[in-house]
Amino acid sequence: MVRFGAMTRAVEDSNRRLLRARDAMDLAYGQPLDIPSLARIAFMSQAHFIRAFRAAFGETPHRYLQRRRIERAMYLLRRTDRNVTDVCFDVGFTSLGTFSRTFLEVVGEAPSVYRLREPVVGVPTCFAMAWGRPSTFGEASGRRGG
Amino acid sequence: MLDSLRISQIYVLDQDKALDFYVGTLGLEVNTDQDLGFMRFLTVNVPGEPDRQILLEKPGAPLMDAAAADEVRDLLTKGRTGGHLFFTTKDCRATYDELRAKGVEFTQEPTEQPYGIDFGLRDPFGNHIRVAQLAAVAGRAG
Repeated sequence: MVRFGAMTRAVEDSNRRLLRARDAMDLAYGQPLDIPSLARIAFMSQAHFIRAFRAAFGETPHRYLQRRRIERAMYLLRRTDRNVTDVCFDVGFTSLGTFSRTFLEVVGEAPSVYRLREPVVGVPTCFAMAWGRPSTFGEASGRRGG
Repeated sequence: MLDSLRISQIYVLDQDKALDFYVGTLGLEVNTDQDLGFMRFLTVNVPGEPDRQILLEKPGAPLMDAAAADEVRDLLTKGRTGGHLFFTTKDCRATYDELRAKGVEFTQEPTEQPYGIDFGLRDPFGNHIRVAQLAAVAGRAG
């Protein structure tokens, strides 16, 4: 414990700050979030924040936020009858073109097509959020196969 | 066969800080706080529910070698150990406001769900907690 202690305390502290920034994305995905503000939450420089986030969570903060927004869009498309443009802005995208392109890339089909097919999931929302969030690995191709 | 679920466990980095948070902030009560020599056996429960306890366990010796404990601590602070806790409340928004005034870190604001209304929060170490005000479910008491 003594041998590992000092180094791991620094890692734990860094982890926890990165998690705080990630939680901020989960919480405030509908608002304009940018790397400078997220890096401030983590008390890191922007470049270090991006590197450290990727090392801790396996993807860049930008990608994480994109997946969070797409996952919320999937939820709104399933659960509400808000139109695709409204959903796009609800989840924090500022351009319908970027939203549609990102949705297609991540989910493997267009928002309007997804809405017609996806079944309702009746489990606690955090599991639906965590497990329903499109993977960053393989994503669209794997989903089409299933 | 089995009668009840009596103790569930989560990892914490520091048991005193865990008490501050789970008792001081969330309002749980201490069930057992006993120094067994090889470990501090520390459990808390929702007031009035002593038969369902949460063990606040610190990873380390003699159960774990230092390297394994470091791995657990690394995962815990990244929010990756699982062990989610799900609480219920009669008034979700009032509870949220009270916890916000105490400076709790949230992962989701109170949100309407098919099963009621709930919100998410983090403990100081990285554990994930949800608090729900459940909608009445047909055919089920409470």
